[in-house]
Amino acid sequence: MKSSLRTMLAASVAGAAFMAASTAAQAEEINIGVILGFTGPIESITPGMADSAELAINEVNESGLLLDGATLVPVRADSTCIDSAAAQAAAERLITVDNVAAIVGADCSGVTIAIANNVAVPNGVVMVSPSATSPALTDIDDNDYFFRTAPSDARQGVVLAEMLQEEGITDVAVTYTNNDYGRGLAEAFAAAFEEVGGTITINAPHEDGRGDYSAEVGALAAGGGEVLVVLGYADQGGVGVIRSAIDTGAFDRFVLGDGMFAQSLIDAIGDDLEGTIGVVPGVEGEGSEAFAGVAEAGGVNPSASYTGESYDAAALIALAIQAGGSADRTSIRDNLLAVANAPGEEILPGELARGLEILAEGGEVNYVGATSVELIGPGEASGSYRQYIVENGEYVTVQFR
Amino acid sequence: MTDFLNAIVLFANFVFLPGVAYGAQLALGALGVTLVFGILRFANFAHGDLMAFGTMITILVTWWLQSMGIGFGPLPTALLALPIGILGAIALSLGTDRMIFRFYRVKRSATIVIVMASVGVMFIYNGIVRMIIGPNDQRFADGERFLITVREFRDLTGLDEGLAVRLPVVITVVVAAIVVTALFLFLQRSRTGKAMRAYSDNEDLALLSGINPDRVVAVTWIIAASLATIAGVLYGLDKSFRPFVYFQLLLPIFAAAIVGGIGQPIGAVAGGFIVAFSEVMLTYAYRRFFEYFGFEPDGLMQLLSTEYKFAISFVILVLVLLIRPTGIFKGRVL
Repeated sequence: MKSSLRTMLAASVAGAAFMAASTAAQAEEINIGVILGFTGPIESITPGMADSAELAINEVNESGLLLDGATLVPVRADSTCIDSAAAQAAAERLITVDNVAAIVGADCSGVTIAIANNVAVPNGVVMVSPSATSPALTDIDDNDYFFRTAPSDARQGVVLAEMLQEEGITDVAVTYTNNDYGRGLAEAFAAAFEEVGGTITINAPHEDGRGDYSAEVGALAAGGGEVLVVLGYADQGGVGVIRSAIDTGAFDRFVLGDGMFAQSLIDAIGDDLEGTIGVVPGVEGEGSEAFAGVAEAGGVNPSASYTGESYDAAALIALAIQAGGSADRTSIRDNLLAVANAPGEEILPGELARGLEILAEGGEVNYVGATSVELIGPGEASGSYRQYIVENGEYVTVQFR
Repeated sequence: MTDFLNAIVLFANFVFLPGVAYGAQLALGALGVTLVFGILRFANFAHGDLMAFGTMITILVTWWLQSMGIGFGPLPTALLALPIGILGAIALSLGTDRMIFRFYRVKRSATIVIVMASVGVMFIYNGIVRMIIGPNDQRFADGERFLITVREFRDLTGLDEGLAVRLPVVITVVVAAIVVTALFLFLQRSRTGKAMRAYSDNEDLALLSGINPDRVVAVTWIIAASLATIAGVLYGLDKSFRPFVYFQLLLPIFAAAIVGGIGQPIGAVAGGFIVAFSEVMLTYAYRRFFEYFGFEPDGLMQLLSTEYKFAISFVILVLVLLIRPTGIFKGRVL
């Protein structure tokens, strides 16, 4: 009894000391949450995304110019990509325990909507998602706390429709992965394609992770069409649908959404993929070149999925803190659009120190970043896409849209 | 006439051939389940993951053979590796029986206790497979992919519709036919087969007439593990290998065994094809098929959307258990 009392006393003393230490630290350290799916379906690409975000944070810290020498501390949390309850709990912890000023994330559209609606917006914390592309996020009641450096799939739907129109394709069958991403993109594409006079013969979902897609392809073939539009994942059901469609002769030409862009797809299908067209978010110009240099120096693969968007998300938060002169959550919200868009000095990756300096002197910046950031509407990227065609077993860029 | 032929070819390409291949794979799986149930008297939930284990061994050996430059001509290398996969699955099954199931058999535990033990075994197999080969998709099919491609078929016949005959489908049907015939001959003619059937009919009487129970049990496991591996490898060659998919196959396999009448080998085969064709035929969109007969349907003429494919096994299972719990061929009641 006596010894347990002593332990408790010791523990509370230690606890008090710890609390004192952490309040002292808060004066110059600003926590930034990085909530991405480190486990789950996209666990292979999230480490690169998080590393990119932290690359921007390190760049800011090394400059020492943020709010007279404050440092940003990244705090990682796991969004799981699919489990909304787990993602909300993780976000809750970031906000209440780690007291983050803003959040980079989340990644997948479903969990991002859940976190924004139930945790971030009610608590008044800015979220900048690098990769949530569902059109549904445009319309959420976010009180201006939600931003994204990835374009909405509504834009991708329009880009795909324009591309098909220029190719002279009028009848298509559509299959999409049965989740928020696939459904949103399929709806956006259907609306845009019908607007330009195209016909969708069938719009059917497929489940990921199945062994056999012959029934799905049978239904798609019954609908018919000149090409099959596949809005799925390259490592999941999308490749199964394409293989089955080729084997049964149902379709011999395919049009791909951004989730299908991967070398593994060409490796798996081979010659039969020749002539396939598709789009993937991408920009040309000095921003992406500058980012390639910064990323390679930092040990990150610049062409991996959503690394540029992640860098930009973290950089925008840092610039917004500097512009408002405070790590206050509402001040970040109010200044984020101003640093992202014109007017102001253009800032490329690797030039964050210059941006911080200009803002400290009361000037204006227009952050261009790795992905030519231009936030439109309720704070989402306007979206630039790279159109490609598969030729001789390689993705060949046709043009940027 | 051409329209009629086109309709037949369309149906064969999208319904008949996929149904036959899937049905044969399910039938082999269901045979294993039904044998274990008939002789050891419990529903073995670990069967799907036993399939995955045997297939995994086969894949690993296939990769090794490929790296040594050994192939099987136009046939997939996996067929060469199959015997080793079967041996691996047999070793695992006999080991599991020795360590787990025998304990309950000797104690004459209630069936439900053994079934629950098999659920535990399922999770262990599950974990072993994931630890060794990982949870992802693995493709190991090599050799020729097609006996006849859609384009060749169209050029050959001049029809609008094409028929693709894939080599794995042909291999599946041929191998399944051989295995099923061999199994039936074994059960009907050989001494051991007769002993197994006697043991299945009446255990006590069989023991009195001098049948060695340990031998019967061991032979049952050897056959079940062989069937599981063959079914798994054929499924993997035809589609692809992913541990989770094999775990999910448990449901249609049980549905097949129960529809046919559990404990009845002939029922397992019939049940496999019934379940497979129900899944394919109920979810196929018949629009083009009817168009060849001069109809102009507005919709897709699809009874059920393909998302409900998996639910069909459930519905069949429930209907059979409600209406005719013994199944078509009068098996036991679960």
